[in-house]
Amino acid sequence: MAVMSDTALQAAPITKARGYWATVGRRIVRDKVSMVCAFILVLIFASALLAPWLGLADPYQGSMIRRLRHIGTPNYPLGTDELGRDMLARLIYGGRLSLIIGILPVIFAFVIGTSLGLVAGYVGGRLNTAIMRTVDVFYAFPSVLLAIAISGALGAGIVNSIVSLTIVFVPQITRVAESVTTGVRNMDFVEAARASGAGPFTIMRVHMLGNVLGPIFVYATGLISVSMILAAGLSFLGLGTKPPEPEWGLMLNTLRTAIYINPWVAALPGVMIFAVSICFNLLSDGMRSAMDIRN
Amino acid sequence: MLVYVTRRIIYVIPIVISVALVCFLLVHITPGDPLVAVLPADASQELAAQMRSAYGFDRPLPVQFGLWLWRAIHGDLGSSIATGRPVLSEVLRAVGNTVTLAIAAALIGFTLGLLFGLIAGYFRDTWVDKVATSFAIAGVSVPHYWLGMVMVIIFSVQLNWLPAVGAGPGGSGAWGWDWEHMKYLILPAITTSVIPMGIITRTVRALTGDILSQDFVEALRAKGLREWDVFRHVIKNAAPTALAVMGLQLGYMLGGSILIETVFSWPGSGLLLNSAIFQRDLPLLQGTILVLALFFVTLNLLVDIAQAAIDPRIKRG
Repeated sequence: MAVMSDTALQAAPITKARGYWATVGRRIVRDKVSMVCAFILVLIFASALLAPWLGLADPYQGSMIRRLRHIGTPNYPLGTDELGRDMLARLIYGGRLSLIIGILPVIFAFVIGTSLGLVAGYVGGRLNTAIMRTVDVFYAFPSVLLAIAISGALGAGIVNSIVSLTIVFVPQITRVAESVTTGVRNMDFVEAARASGAGPFTIMRVHMLGNVLGPIFVYATGLISVSMILAAGLSFLGLGTKPPEPEWGLMLNTLRTAIYINPWVAALPGVMIFAVSICFNLLSDGMRSAMDIRN
Repeated sequence: MLVYVTRRIIYVIPIVISVALVCFLLVHITPGDPLVAVLPADASQELAAQMRSAYGFDRPLPVQFGLWLWRAIHGDLGSSIATGRPVLSEVLRAVGNTVTLAIAAALIGFTLGLLFGLIAGYFRDTWVDKVATSFAIAGVSVPHYWLGMVMVIIFSVQLNWLPAVGAGPGGSGAWGWDWEHMKYLILPAITTSVIPMGIITRTVRALTGDILSQDFVEALRAKGLREWDVFRHVIKNAAPTALAVMGLQLGYMLGGSILIETVFSWPGSGLLLNSAIFQRDLPLLQGTILVLALFFVTLNLLVDIAQAAIDPRIKRG
């Protein structure tokens, strides 16, 4: 008998089942579209971060005699803007503020919305009603209108623009987080944790958070695309960044007057917003299908 | 059905009151005196106090809200600080232009979105699907105010085919359904339509795919139905959700028109909002946002009711 069980043990192949996240990771890496998008985003982020060391022209230094040069002018590969500042430098430096004001609101809303949704979904009852009915009120405004109303009331500025966009996204993430949490709450392992004496805070942090974070994260990644467009849009209206800071939305705004003289230079900042926005959208789609393990 | 409709309408009342509260409070989160735009810089303390009590800004907040709400219910949203004209008539005139733009954009965006979505969902994973999906993802990712600028660059500056800004010859705000006016509508309408086009394509594609993979479709085919009749079943099953998404998109176009209207100087509610913000005309800001939000809430209500009317499963839920 002892010999038999010994061979049986040896015969059993030692396969370590790949974890869920490792599988998801492999599926994303194999997805060409997601990888191209990730590469473009890394490129834009890195160049924005390393802008001072890239040997670019001063993005604030203008010159009245070389205003609105065309794309391809020697020394000014992407031309110059309405004040004679180098467009290439401004586009790369512009990534710094544009990415910050576009992404920070989603990060803040992710933290706040996930917490609110988790609590609402787990605790339920009156607290759920209170949180979710408040969320409903914000759903009564189209998001562009809400963002503009809040920043319009608060006044122009980077901080106000981040605050207003955070307020716009918190209800959306809360709603997703609440519905995911409600789905997980009644599963057996949560019941088991409760039966073994875990308190509500421990259950939420240890047992629920890991299970609800994935879908919320994917949703939030998709929101970055909207947030980039809205944040730049606020600056475009004159409600976000103030001149002379390089920022894509504001650059579009100040270059609007130049569309009759040098149209394609004027359109360049929009290309950057479009690129970042579409990459985040495709990446979010890629993650969603990678996490949908049934396929 | 009547019970469902009544319940939905009753549910809307607290939302409407909360929306009014948010609009009312917007003015009070504003830094500085709400009268700063009208008072001359060297105004005396007495004059400032006089104006404040004339506008009612010296009362306690809940009283102010109660009075404001009472007047709002009776159609009085105060007067614009900048022009002195009643806010409601200013807003309603502008909303008319926004509705014109939104309907034109909806016709383009919904038609293309439904078409692309159905085709992409039906021919999933073929090149047709890839083309339609690319259009859709570009539509939802494009900064539409930039697209507006590019449209102006191509069709107004370079080709000189269509006017760049305004809503009619001579800069008059009056709209007419003739070619002279339509020329002004084309570019803003196309620009506005790209987002709903993208979102509806994506929604309808996913719906079509889901429905086609269900067992009853197999049964329909086994029964010997022609492919066109199977397709009709797909449309019927996708309709309630597609309708809800379209209603929501129409609401977004009405409420979120400020960026497009600014690019094209389209004299609608968005442009009004823009000038209210920059002239710090707070009653006008408050009133415009309230009217737009109420439009949105009403539209959502209508969509819910329409959805329940065509899909009996919803009422039971």
